[in-house]
Amino acid sequence: MSRPEDTLQADVHYNDTEARKYTTSSRIQTIQAAMTHRALELLDLQSPSFILDIGCGSGLSGEILSDIPESEGGPHVWVGMDISPSMLDVALQRDVEGDLFLADMGQGVPFRAGTFDAAISISAIQWLCNAESSETSPAGRLARFFNGLYASLKRGGRAVCQFYPKNDVQKQMITSAAVKAGFGAGLLEDDPETKNAKTYLVLTVGSAGTKGDITGVVEGMDGVDVVDSRRKGKTGKGEIKKGSKAWILKKKDQMEKKGKVVKATSKYTGRKRRIQF
Amino acid sequence: MKVLTLNFLSCAVKTCKSSSDSFPLHPKEAELAKDDVEINPQLLVNVLPRIDWAALRTTSTELGFPTLPDQPPTAEELEADEKMLQELHTLLMEMQIVEGKLVCGHCGHEYAIREGIANFLLPSHLV
Ligand SMILES: C[S@@+](CC[C@H](N)C(=O)[O-])C[C@H]1O[C@@H](n2cnc3c(N)ncnc32)[C@H](O)[C@@H]1O
Ligand SMILES: [Zn+2]
Repeated sequence: MSRPEDTLQADVHYNDTEARKYTTSSRIQTIQAAMTHRALELLDLQSPSFILDIGCGSGLSGEILSDIPESEGGPHVWVGMDISPSMLDVALQRDVEGDLFLADMGQGVPFRAGTFDAAISISAIQWLCNAESSETSPAGRLARFFNGLYASLKRGGRAVCQFYPKNDVQKQMITSAAVKAGFGAGLLEDDPETKNAKTYLVLTVGSAGTKGDITGVVEGMDGVDVVDSRRKGKTGKGEIKKGSKAWILKKKDQMEKKGKVVKATSKYTGRKRRIQF
Repeated sequence: MKVLTLNFLSCAVKTCKSSSDSFPLHPKEAELAKDDVEINPQLLVNVLPRIDWAALRTTSTELGFPTLPDQPPTAEELEADEKMLQELHTLLMEMQIVEGKLVCGHCGHEYAIREGIANFLLPSHLV
């Protein structure tokens, strides 16, 4: 599959022609709808919510949020951000209900702290790994995005970002940027190892109890790779006491060797938390 | 852009992050329109505690709407008062800024709104 992300900037790739082609393709409509429903399932919203749609494009993902019936906890109200004027123009023509912003997620999220109940992003955040200008780096843009997203969500809020990683390096880059911003993070893969593989980054804000924690969200789901370092590990052999700082550091080391993302070690590492996971 | 959204929007310029003057943004030369939106009481009750009421009063005055009461209603008051629900719904969900600008009270940056879409792209030296 060709990856426009590797060669073009998003607002250049999604010009008027491409934006129209993208939005009217019934194949794309079906796939985007399925992924949006999957993301909603992971968000598990119980009542009408205020949601941010990052890289909302022409509104294929957002309009599903507006259409969730009352019996299923909707309808939701959403705000969309996108960098492509052509995609937003198509969204306008389609008369979507969300408020639209021409904005670059790599510049941050311009909402005050605790604004949104939840956020979704469908097929967009892989763009942050590429197409940097001379003044910015992917790492800097990822950091600004995830820091801004973290702040804009209410405590106990969640975000689900489906994205198309080019390879494991990108998966790791994105996940570690999210963890660094403070999120509890898990990667969920549907149909892994197939050409239909779909990757979802599931993010939680705050951890006041198991319910808000990522391990609770994705536990038991197939193909889930919890990369949050709070995950319980098997007791290590030898005299290192489970839960001690030394044990955690060893665990982190093992996880890092396996290519997983772990939280940066800090002076809080290994301290007792009020709530154990 | 809905008045609801404006109540959560703050200036994106780096040096404004820590300033209290960068919120709320001030509408300038705003052209308004009213959309018909189906009322969603649960949504209103959900967002009510997150609304910055003082900022909403400022915005309401700046857009030429009647002055809002000093204090926001409680969730119970809102749920029990059909008229208040409807008024808040109209203000937050139906009133739209379709053309104009939003101005930051701290740095003076002007965000243009065209056809309801606000342009928040910043030149890189302001990020
Ligand atoms: C494949 S489309 C998905 C659109 C919509 N979420 C959907 O499901 O149909 C990817 C979108 O991400 C947007 N995008 C890419 N980079 C972006 C950035 N830095 N900031 C905001 N949006 C971006 C593109 O303009 C494009 O509209
Ligand atoms: Zn400002």
